[in-house]
Amino acid sequence: MSRIKTLQSLFKRNRRPGDIVFAWAALCFSVFLLSQLADQTIWKNGGKLFAQPRFWPAVSLWGMVVFSAFHLIGAALSPRIHGRWSEVWLWVTSLEYAFWFIVYAAVVPYLGYLPTTIIFAMTLTLRVGYRSFTAITFAIASAIVIVLLFKTFLQVKLPAGRFYEYLPDGIRQIMLTYF
Amino acid sequence: MENIFSGLELLARWDVILALLVGSIGGVIIGAIPGVGPAVAIAILLPATFSLDPIVGLTVLLGIYGSSMYGGAIPAVLINTPGTAVNALTSYDGYPMTKRGEAHRAVSLAYSASFWGGIFGILCLILLSPVLAWIAPMFGSREIFLAALLGIILVILAHRGQIFAAGLLAMFGIFLQTVGLDAVTYTQRYTFGYSFLSSGVNLIVVVLGLFALSQAFFLLTAPDSTPDAKPVSGRLGAGVKELLKHKRVASVASGFGVFLGMIPGTGEFTAQFMSYTYAQKTSKTPDEFGKGSPEGLIASEAANNAVPAAAMIPLLALGIPGEALTAMMLSVFYVHNVIPGPQLFQNNIDLVYGLYFALIALNVIVVIFLLFSTNLLTKVIRIPTRFLGVMILLLSFVGVYSLRNSLTDCMIATVFGVLGLILKRLNLPIVPIILGMVLGGIMEVKLRSALPRLKTPFDMIDRPIAAIIFALIILVFVIHARTLVKEWRAYKPDNDSKLQDTQMR
Repeated sequence: MSRIKTLQSLFKRNRRPGDIVFAWAALCFSVFLLSQLADQTIWKNGGKLFAQPRFWPAVSLWGMVVFSAFHLIGAALSPRIHGRWSEVWLWVTSLEYAFWFIVYAAVVPYLGYLPTTIIFAMTLTLRVGYRSFTAITFAIASAIVIVLLFKTFLQVKLPAGRFYEYLPDGIRQIMLTYF
Repeated sequence: MENIFSGLELLARWDVILALLVGSIGGVIIGAIPGVGPAVAIAILLPATFSLDPIVGLTVLLGIYGSSMYGGAIPAVLINTPGTAVNALTSYDGYPMTKRGEAHRAVSLAYSASFWGGIFGILCLILLSPVLAWIAPMFGSREIFLAALLGIILVILAHRGQIFAAGLLAMFGIFLQTVGLDAVTYTQRYTFGYSFLSSGVNLIVVVLGLFALSQAFFLLTAPDSTPDAKPVSGRLGAGVKELLKHKRVASVASGFGVFLGMIPGTGEFTAQFMSYTYAQKTSKTPDEFGKGSPEGLIASEAANNAVPAAAMIPLLALGIPGEALTAMMLSVFYVHNVIPGPQLFQNNIDLVYGLYFALIALNVIVVIFLLFSTNLLTKVIRIPTRFLGVMILLLSFVGVYSLRNSLTDCMIATVFGVLGLILKRLNLPIVPIILGMVLGGIMEVKLRSALPRLKTPFDMIDRPIAAIIFALIILVFVIHARTLVKEWRAYKPDNDSKLQDTQMR
């Protein structure tokens, strides 16, 4: 009995709530990818095994399946930790910020880097709960500093906003090049 | 000697000096803010450095890497929150000192020990250079393949208690680098008919998602908090004298840092724990450890600061990164068509020496900066965490979008950001994914190029270096199996005695 217990102890880990959900998801994902191996890779007749285009996907996916299966066994053998679904809900709530980020990236080529960054910094600061004038001012100032640093000074490759085309002649060129 | 001078010449340029200042001071500030580590900063700045000269770009990144741990010691000592993950042990002894009213002593000891470790690491790197230049050309395709394989194995096994998860994530990394058009056979792999997957999954996009975006999501979804660090009063130079009383601990800890920093997959954590344990075992006052022992603080800080220089050894000599930050730096080399590895020491030795001198200079700059601005940094620490999340999100955009101006990249980075958040929340490691991607790519290429010269599998290990690396791989497995058996045996009496205890009662 103690031997079985000790074997169990080898699989136990210091876990956090939600581990088993991740373990199941990882196993399902790995098995799905492995099931696509024949479809998504090609076996070249006559070629050596190690040079096959299928070789490394097969090695890594079998590895993923085996490791995720053991990870799941480990999670299943460890005592349950409460708060599993509230943890999963927190993961889901992060999608909101993922959405914010994608919207920001989608708007920049139209509205331009400087205006989008200022608007984004301001609204997101309000969204995460800061209401004070100081916080909003800091957000706007930080947005301007970021734009100045990366676009104006370091000349990082970012598209000029289409909106800038409608600006008056004097400002247009400066905005297109530096902001 | 000529090479040393040309290395110095590389540094004597205004843009390199500026990069050095920005990197080292920026690194200290980033390290001092809990919630932003060097990985986040390097990931964000990576694409911006592509347009710079290799020495300029690498100096900025190296500056951040080498100096962040100096900064990370400040919140570890003052508010018991490590600024970077590797300062965790510093808080064990640093914070009790602060509670005793000795904050300035703890901070100055941390700086001095960090400086000792940093310089020790660089000196080792410089002394080892001739040896590296001699050994590196002996590494052919099969040796580099085996070294990368050893790296993967070590990355997995180094995550004690999380080996299956680390294995899963390392394998996922290897899988990710196979996605797209196979460069040799021109066949599609796991593209599912989507054209954006044909060019593969970009390492920088994954890095930005896993390190930067995930950190933003992590901070934004957690309750807001404002770390409160009190200003430090007292002479900050006092630690230097005290450090000299503990030269042995500082040197051995730095030695651990150098040795473990060179081995892929182990790095700062293992070095810290080993040197802390060593310091405690050999101390005259072992009971003081964890209650404000100067030796504990020195052991931890000297060990982690010796790692960055040592981590450059496998990167420069073999092109094999040992951890996530050097993996990111590898991409800077590639972008500039400077391929780290045996040829680097023959063709670009001035760059190598330039980097060594940059490392020395950054340690000096950082210490001088910290002696005068520690109290300023205690104010920076107070940035509320959610506001920090907003800023990281803004900065991540520059990193991802400037790469190829692609919205698809942003979406892929976001997916990895959410994955990174889940891993962080579950306390699972992110590094194996990155190392899996980089080392997996190296393994595939090197195994293919070694194949024409192999008639039997044993030809793989018929050269001395290859045989040594293979023996190391076997040794690693044997040691791991031995540890497992030991733990299993050690657990039994404990279990039984508890059982007996309950029966006795």
